[in-house]
Amino acid sequence: MKLLAPLALIALLLGAWELACRLLAVPTYLLPAPSAIGAALAQGWPLLLDSAWGTLSTALIGLAGASLLACGLALLVSLNPLIEDAVRPAAVTLQVTPLVAIGPLMTIWAGIDHPQRAVVALAAVAAFFPIFSGALTGLKAVDPDLGRLFDLYGASRVQRLWRLRLPSAVPALLEGHKVAAGLAVVGAVVAEFVAGSGGVQGLAWRILEASNRLQTARVFAALVVLAILGVVLHALMSLAERRLLAWWRGR
Amino acid sequence: MTLVAALSAVEVDYPGRGAALGPVDLTLEAGEIVALVGPSGCGKSTALRLLAGLEAPTRGRVTRAAGRGETAVVFQAPTLAPWMSAAANVALPLELAGTPRRQARDQAVEALAKVGLAGAEAARPAQLSGGMAMRAALARALVTRPRLLLLDEPFAALDEITRRTLADDVLALVAQLSPAVVFVTHNVEEAVYMAGKVVVMTPGPGRIAGAVNVQGPTIRPPGFRTTAAFRETAEAVSRLLAGREAAA
Repeated sequence: MKLLAPLALIALLLGAWELACRLLAVPTYLLPAPSAIGAALAQGWPLLLDSAWGTLSTALIGLAGASLLACGLALLVSLNPLIEDAVRPAAVTLQVTPLVAIGPLMTIWAGIDHPQRAVVALAAVAAFFPIFSGALTGLKAVDPDLGRLFDLYGASRVQRLWRLRLPSAVPALLEGHKVAAGLAVVGAVVAEFVAGSGGVQGLAWRILEASNRLQTARVFAALVVLAILGVVLHALMSLAERRLLAWWRGR
Repeated sequence: MTLVAALSAVEVDYPGRGAALGPVDLTLEAGEIVALVGPSGCGKSTALRLLAGLEAPTRGRVTRAAGRGETAVVFQAPTLAPWMSAAANVALPLELAGTPRRQARDQAVEALAKVGLAGAEAARPAQLSGGMAMRAALARALVTRPRLLLLDEPFAALDEITRRTLADDVLALVAQLSPAVVFVTHNVEEAVYMAGKVVVMTPGPGRIAGAVNVQGPTIRPPGFRTTAAFRETAEAVSRLLAGREAAA
């Protein structure tokens, strides 16, 4: 029933959409009927899949880079409150700056000869903050009584970090990576739009290309693939988070 | 008797909140079990942290003959690290002090057996019941053979039956190792059952209202709770708590 209800709603909406397009004779360049989108999907399937893999792989490379950088910086910052005070305002400023606005800069710096690099860089920028703040929160999320025990037994700084703070950070780190994975895809798509020249042939390029030619059904087909990509990625990351948390808690 | 720890005219002020404790005098000798009883805010947990060396007094002097690694604390919650097995949790104090891992694990397994957790070495804290987790915390406290054992309302989160069996087990373990024990509680009967001396504290700021000695062997005989002596002692403590009688 839980699975059936949303499927029924989607079927109902698609049916109404199809019916409305036929009865009102809406031009296909304005709003194609679901059947036309389905046809575009069926026809463009290999190319769309290829583009989806392009977007996903760059997003994942960006995610991996962001993870390394964010975890390293969070660790450095957590060692000294002064560094944290210095870094936090800069981090927040960069975080609230819209991603689209940073896109052109990334293209200029990294992407004129290698547009692929600009896409990876923007995906990494988008993924950076959830991981950074998750890692920082996690490194501080130590059970105070457990901290007192480490004090009581005269634990060294290294022992505190390795045996208390890093393991305590695991749940917040996992949460940060889950959020970051979704944002990395957003970053990759935005960068593809900004790069815009077809140098990077991901899903965003398929959308741009089709919309320039007023092939609206193909725009929708690419959007459908992008949505499915997002849903699948989110589901996989949630599963990974649950599994790893269960391992961390021992059940 | 050997002095293990003492508070002499100790006062604690918390910035912005004024006086929290004091002045308070308390001495602890080896093998002695002292219960601190009082309502919340009477400073009993503060006194415990002073004795543990986790906090410094604003005025007065804290004497600690038990050095680092010779003091152990059990908190109200088991405070086990969820990512470690029971044995790894118990071995932690030894490993932090530099004991080789193999040796620390062996001693941890031994300590777990002593508290009745043989076979639970590999279990994670999430797989242990509340009583079992508290036993693991107790094993972790005893694995270093401390001279000073500080128990901060260790049974507060447990059901009545569990807390009674655990009380007897703690007394049996203490009789073996004879550390000085401070047992913080707000339960009068529990204090009289556990301690040789019950120190009553009152709040605002925390002070010692008086102390009552409890007669009887450390390991309590069956039916100890129903003896006339037990009830009279508990009543004397209750009167002190209510502020109706001076120190005995």
